[in-house]
Formats: sequence, C-alpha cells, structure tokens
Amino acid sequence: MLKKDLGLLVLILVVGLVVSILNPRFLSPINLGNTANLIGLFGLFSIGAGIVIITGGIDLSVGSVFALLGVVYIDLLVGWQVSWWLATIVVVLGGVVLGAIHGFLITRLHLQPFIVTLCGLLIYRGIARYYTNDGTAGFEYGQSFPMLEWLTAGRTLGVPHSFIMFLVVAAVMGLVLHRSVFGRYLFAVGKNEEAARYSGIRTERVVAAAYIISGGLAGLSAIYLAMYTRSISPASHGNFYELYGIAAAVLGGCSLRGGEGSILGIVLGAILLQILQNLVNLLGIPSSLNFAVMGGVILIGVVADQQLTRLRERRSRR
Amino acid sequence: MTPPLLELASVSKTYPGVKALDRVSLKVERGEVLALIGENGAGKSTLMKILGGVVEPSEGAIRIDGVEHRALTVAGAMAAGIAFVHQELNLFDNLDVAANVMIGREPVFAGPLKLIDRAALAAKVTPLLQRLGVDFDAATPVAALSLAQRQLVEIAKALSLEARIVIMDEPTSSLTASETARLLKVIAELKAGGVAVIFISHRLVEVEHCADRVVVLRDGAVVGELARAEIEHDTMIRMMIGRDLKSLHVPAERAPGDAVLEIAGFRTPAHAEHAIDLTLRTGEILGMAGLVGAGRTELARAIFGIDRPLGGALSLDGYKIAIASPRDAIDHGIFLVPEDRKRSGLVLDFSVTENVSLANLKAVAAGLIVRRGAERRNADERRAALDIRTASVDTLVGTLSGGNQQKVVLAKWLSMTPRVVIFDEPTRGIDVGSKSEIYKLMRGLADAGVAVLMISSDMEEVIGVSDRIVVMREGRIAGFLERAEFSEENVMRLAVGRRDLQAAEAVSC
Repeated sequence: MLKKDLGLLVLILVVGLVVSILNPRFLSPINLGNTANLIGLFGLFSIGAGIVIITGGIDLSVGSVFALLGVVYIDLLVGWQVSWWLATIVVVLGGVVLGAIHGFLITRLHLQPFIVTLCGLLIYRGIARYYTNDGTAGFEYGQSFPMLEWLTAGRTLGVPHSFIMFLVVAAVMGLVLHRSVFGRYLFAVGKNEEAARYSGIRTERVVAAAYIISGGLAGLSAIYLAMYTRSISPASHGNFYELYGIAAAVLGGCSLRGGEGSILGIVLGAILLQILQNLVNLLGIPSSLNFAVMGGVILIGVVADQQLTRLRERRSRR
Repeated sequence: MTPPLLELASVSKTYPGVKALDRVSLKVERGEVLALIGENGAGKSTLMKILGGVVEPSEGAIRIDGVEHRALTVAGAMAAGIAFVHQELNLFDNLDVAANVMIGREPVFAGPLKLIDRAALAAKVTPLLQRLGVDFDAATPVAALSLAQRQLVEIAKALSLEARIVIMDEPTSSLTASETARLLKVIAELKAGGVAVIFISHRLVEVEHCADRVVVLRDGAVVGELARAEIEHDTMIRMMIGRDLKSLHVPAERAPGDAVLEIAGFRTPAHAEHAIDLTLRTGEILGMAGLVGAGRTELARAIFGIDRPLGGALSLDGYKIAIASPRDAIDHGIFLVPEDRKRSGLVLDFSVTENVSLANLKAVAAGLIVRRGAERRNADERRAALDIRTASVDTLVGTLSGGNQQKVVLAKWLSMTPRVVIFDEPTRGIDVGSKSEIYKLMRGLADAGVAVLMISSDMEEVIGVSDRIVVMREGRIAGFLERAEFSEENVMRLAVGRRDLQAAEAVSC
C-alpha cells in the first residue's frame, strides 16, 4: 500500500468517526447499506476514469453514455421485449464500441482526448433525448425482471450487489493494472510515451485499450444506474457523473499528467466522495452546498498531498 | 583610435570537470564579418551563450566599445546591441511577421487598455523588411513562411533592436543553395550598414565567400586566426583538427564476417532527395561520423521503425524484412540505443527492474501476468553482467548517474538476442570511466557476432573505437574509411566536403 492510499484511508476513518459522533445514524445499517450502494454505482465507472487518466488522457463522455445506453437498455427490455441478459450484453458492448471510437479518434486521428470525449458528452446526450423525444423512459406497470433486479439492486446479508460488483471489478482491474503486462505498459505510456515506443510497446493500442475499458465499465454502470433509478429522463440522467469519476480518481492519487495512480486509491477515492455526500445530508448542511463540499475537500486534499511530497523531497535531499 | 566594437579578453568558462573555454581572446570591428569555426564541441556554443548573457564566464573580461564588463546579462547584451539568429528559431508561429519583430516592444495607444497600434507597428516593421529585400510583408503569418524566410524575420528583429553585432549560428544548415545565396547577400548588406556579423558555420565554402576574418576554436581554445587573404578551405580544416587523440581501440577478435543488415536505397523524410546504401557486418563496429544535422539520427530512427522511410529496403541475412514499427525491429533483433536516453531510452520514474524488462516483458510473464520474481532475477543478472552500480534493482533509474543509466538501456536490449545494435551518441554526458566500459561492451557484442553501428560526433570516439568509418554529409553518405586511413583530417574532409560551388560563386560579400 502506498503512503498516499494509507493517508486516504486514515482520512476516511477520521471523517467517518467525526460524522458518526455528530450523528450516530451514520453507522445505522440502512445508512451504511445505502452509502455502500452509491459507492458501488459511482465506483464502477470511476475505475474506468482512473485508467484513462493514468494514460495521461481524460474521459468526459461517461455521464451522457449513461443516458444514451440507459434509454436504449430500457427500450430493449420494454419496447423490444428482448431477454434481459441479451439486452445487458448489447449495452455493455455498446459501451465498448463507444470507447473504441474514442480510442480510434485519439490514437489514429491524433485528436485531443478532452475534445473527443467532450464531443461525445454532447452528442450522446443529444441522441438520448432525441431517442425518447425528450420523454422519460421507464418500465411499464407490473413489469419485473426478478433475476436482473436481484443482480443489480439486490442485497445479500444487507450488502448491496452493486457494491459487491464494484469490489469484484476493482479486484480484477487491480490485477490488470498492477500485475499484468498490459498494466505495466499503461504506466509506461503514461509516464513516458516516447520511451515506451522506443521499447517496442505499441503505445497507440495501449491508449485505445484504456478508452475501451472505460467505455465497457460505463456500459456496465449504465445498467446498474438504470436499474437503480428505474426510469430515465435523458436530459438529466447521469449529468456531471463523469466529473464524479474524475474526482474519485484524482482524490485517489491519479495524476492528470499521467503515469500515476492505483486501483486501491481509486476505490478509496470513490468511498470518500460518497461519505462526503452522506455527511452533507446527515449533518444538516444545505444540500445546495453538496458540490462545494466535494470541491473543497478535493482541493484541500491535492494541496496537502503536494505540500507533503515537497516536504518529503526536501528531507530526503538533506 | 576607436576601440573595437567587441573584444573578448582571455575569457574562460569552467564547468565541473570540463574546461569549455580556455582563455579565448577575440575582437570584432564595425562592419566586419567574423567567421567562427570548429568541430562539434569545440566551444562555439559556450562562447555564444557568454555573448548572449546566458552564461557567465569564469574568468576574463568582455569589452564593448572599450567599456569593460565582467559578465553580460541578457538585457545587457541586448542593450549593447548584440542580437542572435539562432539555429532553432525563436519565433511565434501563431503571430504575424510584424508582431514577431516587435514582440514585447509593441507601440500602444494611450489609455489603460494598452491596445496595440497596429498601423504604427506595420510602419515600423515595413522599412526593415524593405531593407532586407524580402518577398513577404509585415502582415504575413509566420506559420506561412519557409525556414529561410523565418530567418530573415529574425534578422529584421535584430535590426529593429538596432543591433550592432548580429550572431548567426549555423544559419545556412537547412537552407537551399539559392536561399543561402540570398542570406549571404543580406550579410553583405548588414556589413555595408556598419553592422558586425559573427558567422558560425560548418560550411567552409560559405565562410570562404563571406568572411573577412576567421577564428578557429578547438577544445575550447583559439587555435588560430586567418585574415581575408589566408582564408582557404584546406587551411581551415587543418586548423580545426590536429589534436592528440588517445587510442581507445580494442582490436576485434576476428575479421568482420558476413553482411547482417543491408540497407538499400533508404530515403528518410528529413533528406528525401538522398538514397542511402549501407551494409552492417557481423563482428564489426561501424562508426558513423558527420556534422550535427547530417541525417545520421534520422537514418537510425528509420531503420528502427520510429519514422517511416520514404523508400528503400532492408534485408537481414539476405532476406528482405519489413519494419513498420519499433516492435518489428525488436522482433528481428535490431535494437537502438537512442541519442536522448532520458527522453527516449528510459522511463525515469520506473525502477531498474521495470526498465530492463520493458521491451521484453512477455519473457518474464506467465500468460498475461508479470512474474515479479523472474523479472527481478533477470534484472539482477543484467546488473551483475553489465556492472550497473546501484544499491538495488528497485532504485528509480532517474536517480542513477549517466553512465549507469546508459547501461540500463543496454541491459534492456541485452536480455534479448541482438543481431544489430545501433548506438546513437552512446557516451554523451557520460564520465570517462563509464565510457571505456561502454566501449568494452560494444566490442564484446561485436566479438559475439553482433553488427554494431555507432553514431558519434566525438572524433576521438569515432577514430578510437570503430573498425570502419562511414561519414555522412547533408543526408547522404560522403564516404567510407578503412582503419589504415583513419585520421581526423580524413573524417573532417568527408564531413565538411566541397559543396557544389556554383550557387555560392554567384554571390560574394
């Protein structure tokens, strides 16, 4: 475990302790369960955001991907009466395809990731709204998918399945990022793309793969979010969620310059962000200050991290 | 009698362990063209940096109009009327000519907004452009100009600063013959206007044509001065070379064998007009000499698959091979130790282990997962074999010395089976001890049957280490030298060459 991750864990525990003292309801099973569910929902795509950031890129499109794939998913289930597992595969693959398009535009046409995914953000949102005539997509009365609902929104021993899914994905991606050949290439490309190329790494494929992973995880998240909200108004569904993902990754130690970050850090970042949201509710802070609290904590975190790094460097130089 | 415009009195510059300049004295008079020549690393750029106020001399004095300065500052040099036309131009692509010429000194309207008075700007710049006889106007965006035209913008900028000394560093290195002729005309123009020009060039033909006086630098010291009547090609070459070279040569264990890599009709994007033919043989260190910008690195990059060649073919052991990426080159056993190891050779924030395995990670992986134990053992073996001095293979490469970093780059390749290894400036910025170790490693590779191509701008290294030398000039192969013909003079003759004189004959300053 890196020092950074340890610091984050301590911060989570301290914040948790303070909140639970001020409002004991924080530790109630209902609150913990709901918070864990949100951590799972937001954590899933934060991992994708982090992997893209490690290559030195950015993915701004995921919030709109949730709206687009969400309405498609519900239409497949409701309008087309497609079996739920087929619809699930189609939507996850849809995310993969969108990620592949981003990867292609970035590595083959050499467009900037910010611009490519910003255009994605605008385009997918627009298509989603057009798809439903700006109406809300939802399930029909009495329609139910017991297996799908159990998998996405169910709980085992009070632990929400979204949270379990998040931990499973995190474990797999942790293995990929920190133990696999591909993970090593990802860090090498993020740190020094030229040296990676001179070492025979096909850097373009590595970068494209990062966007594909981000897209695939966005597809998976789209299903969990759709089953959580159960109805989707495409104009607002998933708005700003890409920023939650980026915030969790940055809070978790991913550098926007690339080459730095860990899955554990991203997991802890996602947890801290949801605890902060929860704290706003529990402590009676006006919910309009929600974003301000989040932004403030990230800013303080980044400044503290930078100052500590400087201090350590100064000490080691002596 | 008026004092000389610029005088350097016994200026020295010492860097830790290196004497870059050794008691250099020279004078520049008004309206004089002084050419400064010397090999790569003779001290020309240090001298320029001192005149530009970027570097402070360790000893000596600089006198401008007889006023003595211990050192110049950038602002001081500008105020004294010293202006540079750099090898790499310092222009803003996104602005027009007028804005570039007057950058930082724009005429503004009165008022708090300091709006730029565009009419006044153009009115100031246009006469300067007319004086230089250029074929573009003040409103042309710099992005639309050719390299030669951009140089003229730099000169206009110098004139706008009322420069009295214009220093041109390799101004003609990327110009065509007719562009060169025009530049020489502009130099004559400046001279007629009383401006002094310090002209640094490897192209001795141009020096012959336009210099009033030549100062020759070698190993940081002035080794001679030639007056107008004495400026002659062969004399200059003789003065540039002729130091004692220590012998570094370790004889090969066996005579060079068969051709390994044959390069036929290769054309690189940098010098599209010249096709290159070259054969690398097993057991041989082929040294590649040439002046900076002769196209050697470009050739190496194209062979290694970084840049696509425009044409030509490669064959390995007589079989045609296609190299579209570094991966293909590596799979064929063709490795490159790049010129800039910090940028292209290493990931500085990675450990020694991670750098060593980077090009061949699959060899230490079980399926998709890296076996860290095997990876570490491999790195430890390479560390012992190459004597990489580091406390542990977990150390970040960025903290190692230059020599050890270079050994890590080598270790990366030597954990595979090399057929051809191209070294680009293998010992640049490396201490003497590590240098000889790297030469030994190169010889070891050659003796093991690998073909070694060593690109080097260090004359001592080229002559001392190679078994055969190929010299490049302006994108083409100027000639080959066998061991018996090795001498600094022969290498320099090929490197500098006698250019087609016709274009240069057309003008004289």
